[in-house]
Amino acid sequence: MSRVSIQEEGFDAGAELALLEAAGGGAVASFTGVVRGENDLVALELHHYPAMTAAQVERIVDEAMDRWPLLGVRVIHRFGRLKPGEHIVFVGTASRHRSAALESCAFLIDWLKSEAPFWKKEYFPDGGANWVEARVEDEAKARGWTR
Amino acid sequence: MAKLDILYFAWVREIIGCDSEQVDQPPAGVTVADLIEQLAARDGGYGQALGDQLRLRAALDQRFVPLDSLVGEALELAIFPPVTGG
Repeated sequence: MSRVSIQEEGFDAGAELALLEAAGGGAVASFTGVVRGENDLVALELHHYPAMTAAQVERIVDEAMDRWPLLGVRVIHRFGRLKPGEHIVFVGTASRHRSAALESCAFLIDWLKSEAPFWKKEYFPDGGANWVEARVEDEAKARGWTR
Repeated sequence: MAKLDILYFAWVREIIGCDSEQVDQPPAGVTVADLIEQLAARDGGYGQALGDQLRLRAALDQRFVPLDSLVGEALELAIFPPVTGG
């Protein structure tokens, strides 16, 4: 099972969870990010840095594997134009210990938010569009994991 | 002479109006911030996109770096706003 996929197409979160369960650790945690339809959002466009993204996310996964005893990690991050209700991101972790599975999953999603080269642009019904601003709280959350 | 590829992403790319360009490798001692300042002095959207360095982040050879890093012999510099993935 590959650990990281950066892809335009959707994914089946249930199938990904089944693969992590098959790792046999007994503890699987996951996070699925879904496009919110607030403010009549028409679409969310995800841009990224193709030459860097996968390698950077692999480094984030390596960091999680160093910190927690994990039997499996799966990260899927989509790019391209997504509609409300579509999946954006999946993070799943498998371990023998629930705390390791839960904490590493939270760590991975926090770091993906502030350490992976993605940028979101929102599109609205009146034709307007807007780049999502980074939230100070997100950078602070990621720093909270600094050892 | 060695060249440096500069890549732009997100609104930096939109305002400047180009994805990437190539410049001569800067002399030793030049930082990412110095180079951004030089680019910001150009005509067109450069000043608007690159004028406020507090709104910018950078990567050298596909690694995030602070703006006070030396460009050195890097082959690729990317300039972009703070990331918003996840």
